[in-house]
Amino acid sequence: MPIVIKNGRVIDPASNTDRVADVLIVDGRIAGVAPNLSSPRAEIFDAAGMIVAPGFIDMHVHLREPGFEHAETIESGSRAAAAGGFTSVCCMPNTKPVNDSPTVTSYIVERGRSQAVVNVFPIGAITKGSAGEELAAIGAMKAAGAVAISDDGLPVMNARVMRRAMEFARSYDLPVIQHCEDLNLSAGGDMQEGAQSVRWGLRGIPAASEDAMVARDLLLAELTGARYHVAHISTRHAVAMVNHARHHGLAVTCEATPHHFALADQDMAPYDSNYKMKPPLRSASDRAAVVEGLAAGVISAIATDHAPHPGSEKMQEFERCPFGIIGLETALALALEELVLPGKITLNRMVELFTTGPDAVLRLGRGTLAPGAPGDVTVFSTDLSWTYDVNQSFSRSRNSPFHGRTFRGGPVAAVVNGQFAWKRG
Amino acid sequence: MPAGLLGIEELDRAEIEAILARAKDFQPIQSQTVKKLDTLRGKMIVNLFYEASTRTRTSFEIAAKRLGADAVSITASGSSVSKGESLVDTLNTLAAMRPDAIVMRHSASGAPHFLARHLPTPIINAGDGTHEHPTQALLDARTILDRRPTLEGLRVAIIGDIAHSRVARSNVHLLSKFGVEIVLCGPASLLPVELGQLAPGVRLTTDIRQAIRDSDVIMMLRVQLERQHEASFPASEYFRFYGLQLKHLDLAKPDAIVMHPGPINRGRELSSEVADFQRSVILNQVENGIAVRMAVLEKVIG
Repeated sequence: MPIVIKNGRVIDPASNTDRVADVLIVDGRIAGVAPNLSSPRAEIFDAAGMIVAPGFIDMHVHLREPGFEHAETIESGSRAAAAGGFTSVCCMPNTKPVNDSPTVTSYIVERGRSQAVVNVFPIGAITKGSAGEELAAIGAMKAAGAVAISDDGLPVMNARVMRRAMEFARSYDLPVIQHCEDLNLSAGGDMQEGAQSVRWGLRGIPAASEDAMVARDLLLAELTGARYHVAHISTRHAVAMVNHARHHGLAVTCEATPHHFALADQDMAPYDSNYKMKPPLRSASDRAAVVEGLAAGVISAIATDHAPHPGSEKMQEFERCPFGIIGLETALALALEELVLPGKITLNRMVELFTTGPDAVLRLGRGTLAPGAPGDVTVFSTDLSWTYDVNQSFSRSRNSPFHGRTFRGGPVAAVVNGQFAWKRG
Repeated sequence: MPAGLLGIEELDRAEIEAILARAKDFQPIQSQTVKKLDTLRGKMIVNLFYEASTRTRTSFEIAAKRLGADAVSITASGSSVSKGESLVDTLNTLAAMRPDAIVMRHSASGAPHFLARHLPTPIINAGDGTHEHPTQALLDARTILDRRPTLEGLRVAIIGDIAHSRVARSNVHLLSKFGVEIVLCGPASLLPVELGQLAPGVRLTTDIRQAIRDSDVIMMLRVQLERQHEASFPASEYFRFYGLQLKHLDLAKPDAIVMHPGPINRGRELSSEVADFQRSVILNQVENGIAVRMAVLEKVIG
């Protein structure tokens, strides 16, 4: 059935659109953006007073399938994505087995088609088993549907292996996404190294562990000419180095997570593992640099690093708990509340960070309301008061530090390929 | 959160003074022929030790018994822990047996704080990782106050592996609340600069002579080899630069005392002569441990 989204403020950075209009979606594709659109038999969605944008893309999630279905599945994760206003997600390869072969890539693509309510794009591993030694079947994974390569969760420590990976990825025109962490510097650490870790007697992860890896990789990106993307950037030096590299014409991009622009180490509840993730919540000045990077255009995308872990794993001594938090359902609200409402970025810039920004890195052909584009639309509100109850989450996991927070503004509906994937109840 | 004792940081000066005063009341009992009171008769205390400890566990056990309470001690090896039970499940099981308090030592910083959020039973922290060891700081303060009229205005040097020391952190929090001038000293790899922000009145130095100069109290810390996850300093030269030797004591105030939380490593963090030095109060600390823990148990359960 066609859909007409009526009378919303349509923000489409790809076409420089920001005006009140209707959006018509027919046969799974955008049919037009103009006032007073209609279509026989169309489902009408009244978006008066709301924002209508191209479907949001989250280029960094962990869907845990195959292998860790007790934490999340492609189906449950996709429902959480839709409820967060996302219409496309890119899933990292640290599944069991690791997505390091076209067989696993095809499996994820197939499960995405049959189970997910949003578009699922797999990211293939850089190395076999993400062990950092032998390159994975990069070309074959791309042919099977991989949109990038990454060993996320782990960095490629060996510089020579990373160099070769970048060279191969360039041959197939794939971006290389790195989880930037020098494991020798971060070994054993559980949170940002600083006054808070010293006070709590927890072992620290220095910002230098991220900075050192970003610095090395930027040199390799220059050496190889590869498209290189820093996942979940979190330090002020890393943001400055990426900015420098971009000014020098390197094909370098980066993303930031909502928790890194919303929180710093000083905001952590003591020994609460819902604040434990990698990279860790950094210092207040690092957080400010991430916000500045989002505003200035150094950072291209907001990505959640949605990392579900079951309660039993997070209900342990802090040092034993795994890293990571869920984030799909709170990302948009956090961006509005922490970035747009305080005037750090405009609403248009925020939409870019969720649409054209990630699409420019991954070239999915989405993130736009141009006629003929896939019918992915996100509807959200900037003055909707709602409280996040993680126990109502579509995710199978409950590890969020934002449980109980009341937000001003958030997602209202998600249309994926011309069908409603979620509407606020 | 039930009232337990998780750390010194959360206590205010009046609460600390009350415990120290009550501990003083309990001091004479330690040398009486009959050492038993019935203040906590019928109460049950579980000592749950996930880390080896002789003195702290024994001290808590004796303190409980001298107050007339029953005490059960559990050590991690040989319990359900080694059968893979999670910490929360173990504690829930123990809590279901309705003890009046759980005294807990654990190698993970914050383990008692995490449990206190999920358990109805008061928890007394007997040392958590590299975070706090509140009863140690209380007994150290009691020991100093046995020899000085007040803590105010004293100069205390704490020397050794500060980074990994829960004793240092608890002492810093306690002494700072009483306006003590605190000098923390150790090799830079064991002395993160952020320690300077732990509490008001803290200074850092890597020079043991500077630390000791004009001090009223010298607290030596054990070199915690079990918490060194890598070589933070060359062990062969530790004693030469950070071990306390008799010659150093000339730099301190003439009546300065030497303290150590034990167990001591003669020849590693202090010379044998210093350990046996007449102004070394290491055994008084042990004795005060019982009085202070009686005061804490009474406060939490009584």
